[in-house]
Amino acid sequence: MATTGNPIRQATTGEIAGIVLAAIAFLGLLLIAAKTDHGAYAFHAMVGMAAALGTVFLIGNRCFKAGTGPAPQEIDGRPNYNMDPVKFGTIASLFWGIAGFTVGLIIALQLAYPALNLDLPWTNFGRLRALHTSAVIFAFGGNVLIATSFYVVQRTSRARLAGDLSPWFVVLGYNLFIVIAGTGYLLGVSQAKEYAEPEWYADLWLTIVWVVYLLVFLMTLAKRKEPHIYVANWFYLAFIVTIAVLHIGNNLAIPVSILSPKSYIVWSGVQDAMFQWWYGHNAVGFFLTAGFLAIMYYFVPKRANRPVYSYRLSIIHFWALIFIYIWAGPHHLHYTALPDWAQTLGMTFSIMLWMPSWGGMINGIMTLSGAWDKLRTDPVLRLMVVSLAFYGMSTFEGPLMSIKAVNSLSHYTDWTIGHVHSGALGWVAYISFGAIYCLVPWLWNRKELYSLKLVNWHFWISTLGIVLYISAMWVSGILQGLMWRAYTSLGFLEYSFIETVAAMHPFYVIRALGGALFLAGALIMVFNVWMTIRSGEPESAQDRTPLQPSLVPAE
Amino acid sequence: MAEHQDNHEVDAHTGVSTTGHEWDGIRELNTPLPRWWLGIFYATIVWSVGYWVVYPAWPMITGATQGVIGYASRIEIAKDLALLQQHRATQSSGLAEASLEQIKADPSLFRIAMAQGKAAFGDNCAACHGVGGAGSKGYPNLNDDDWLWGGTLDQIHLTLQHGIRVAGNNDTRLSQMPAFGKDGLLKPAEIRAVANHVREIAGLPTEPKADLASGRELFATNCAACHGDAGKGNLELGAPNLSDAISLYGMDLASLTETITNSRAGVMPAWGPRLDPTTVKALTVYVHSLGGGQ
Repeated sequence: MATTGNPIRQATTGEIAGIVLAAIAFLGLLLIAAKTDHGAYAFHAMVGMAAALGTVFLIGNRCFKAGTGPAPQEIDGRPNYNMDPVKFGTIASLFWGIAGFTVGLIIALQLAYPALNLDLPWTNFGRLRALHTSAVIFAFGGNVLIATSFYVVQRTSRARLAGDLSPWFVVLGYNLFIVIAGTGYLLGVSQAKEYAEPEWYADLWLTIVWVVYLLVFLMTLAKRKEPHIYVANWFYLAFIVTIAVLHIGNNLAIPVSILSPKSYIVWSGVQDAMFQWWYGHNAVGFFLTAGFLAIMYYFVPKRANRPVYSYRLSIIHFWALIFIYIWAGPHHLHYTALPDWAQTLGMTFSIMLWMPSWGGMINGIMTLSGAWDKLRTDPVLRLMVVSLAFYGMSTFEGPLMSIKAVNSLSHYTDWTIGHVHSGALGWVAYISFGAIYCLVPWLWNRKELYSLKLVNWHFWISTLGIVLYISAMWVSGILQGLMWRAYTSLGFLEYSFIETVAAMHPFYVIRALGGALFLAGALIMVFNVWMTIRSGEPESAQDRTPLQPSLVPAE
Repeated sequence: MAEHQDNHEVDAHTGVSTTGHEWDGIRELNTPLPRWWLGIFYATIVWSVGYWVVYPAWPMITGATQGVIGYASRIEIAKDLALLQQHRATQSSGLAEASLEQIKADPSLFRIAMAQGKAAFGDNCAACHGVGGAGSKGYPNLNDDDWLWGGTLDQIHLTLQHGIRVAGNNDTRLSQMPAFGKDGLLKPAEIRAVANHVREIAGLPTEPKADLASGRELFATNCAACHGDAGKGNLELGAPNLSDAISLYGMDLASLTETITNSRAGVMPAWGPRLDPTTVKALTVYVHSLGGGQ
């Protein structure tokens, strides 16, 4: 067979290392799958084995194919950008987005109609809720962040993504983590820490993936052709570094055995609670804020074709945000066993966080000065501007809710859920949608999206959905808080808990309706993206300015 | 920055110069910080520093700074609770000393007991008995006068205080029907006969081919000691009345067969150790007044 004349090149060190590591992992996982008596854990070991086998096959296949070696850094003096992992991340984010929004809609309906729990362990609210939050934050949001960061760091550094296999390792490894985490929730594998539910082995895997992500990002920056690092990359870097620290700190756990999925966290009592919310709040701060501000700093000026409003503001608000956010976690533990001093710090730093947060909104919205007219004609830009408005609203609401007097009413109520979703749907998802709408034609060399009209429909349907969602949660949250604290004139509680639950029903129905509209909008987006990739008009070679992505085949 | 001075273009729209850098076509303006933004930022910092002076704030070597007003959330909650207790005491003076009969007879005491009982019922009892006390399968309906352990004020109070089948509580309500099928005391055909007889007692239709005679005989031997010859039950023994067609676990043949085969033994917590004496009293009066009090 070797005589067919196909040049079989020498495998690189990285390829050999990849194959060897995957083979070792396969054997180790085989042992675990054979010896563990925990079904879900054995299943995960087999998923890992499949991934290891796939790795061996893909790398091996690459070695035996002509022209698939490490790509040159530049072609004809222009950077030879590595956009395939970005494409993968973009498609993955759409897939997980739809999955996450759908599960969100299901659990919203379960809250309104509990019979939909179906009395099955796999479909009950307790498991699906974690599936929803992880799917939207880490699967959808995470893929958007990885894809856009790989895109932006290359374009703004004028350098090809560092590493040959490692960008693929990051993208595929991260999605493997998501599959392990998500199926684990459904099968009942959870360490029951909010937004950090995956068990120790998934956490370890994510740590490896994340460190490689950091290295790829740093090495790309290191070989940049620009004298300065663009502001979007500061935010991406802050996001990657801080998430690594938070993830490790909050997941320090000791497994019962290598053959058991169960582990025990090293922190206990109020220290564990404090660690959890230091992590939880900074997941909001560095994953959902810093990371998506990075997206904003590239895609808004790019789409509006205007300079960023203020360089000085970007520096000051960046450092202020980074420094202050990390302190704000204790506001999740007001009026608990957490010492008063920690509660004070959590609250006051949350208040001081208001303006640093708004710095990003000002810089984003004011970048449009001179281009306001585009909002009428460009629904993609409109999505991004509205996302900044929601960002501004929820970063005002957050400090407000951190004030102890307000928190005593709002805590544990649906107001919190509404607050989170004005940030998650309005800010995170909208800025992501905007970035995806920009990215898809760039990545697949299309002149424009398949239909701007459909973007418009997406915008209006999902905006209506968000408004229904958050207004329903405001009303039900405040109603709930007031009912819980209502006393009769004789000094007894006016409502039993179950009465407050019954009072929430109409708002839960409205919330589910809002979620359904949001999902409908996202489905329109998927159709639009699909049609753009499949049948969009290809951009002619002459149209392509040096600023457009280069997709010259690596040969 | 000086070496980039020559690159500083002025943006035509805003009249502000750029920083002279460009990334992938993106430039940055050198706009100064918005003054209102900076002003509010400083104000929040000043406010926070003031708050740190007043309240417990910064951890030190041996403890945290305590703040000048001596605030502590534990003190605050103690004050709030004391205030509430005081308010309740003035409103409901007499409830603690009065007997159950006195509470029932005195309109003002009764009104307070009902208010307190409703609140306590909603938070402690409604989960099983329902908000209105209507119960469900395995959880008695408290609105009717069909009592398992007695419907007088004192009987209800005893049941509430010590619970039903509470391990380690000497005064708890205790009864144990044998699991006639599981323990091999009766054969399946005999259980079927007894089940049909129980339906006969309750005035419900029986199976056409039912052996009612042997059912009657088996009932007399095995069941009548507690439930009585006519199946009227015995409150003292916790044996339910079988003749009234009201049943905790269902009077259909399948449910009766299940009950006779495996027995049933529902539990209720003892509320005495969980709630204060006045609340248990108020609950007693409340439950007594739901409709079935005797």
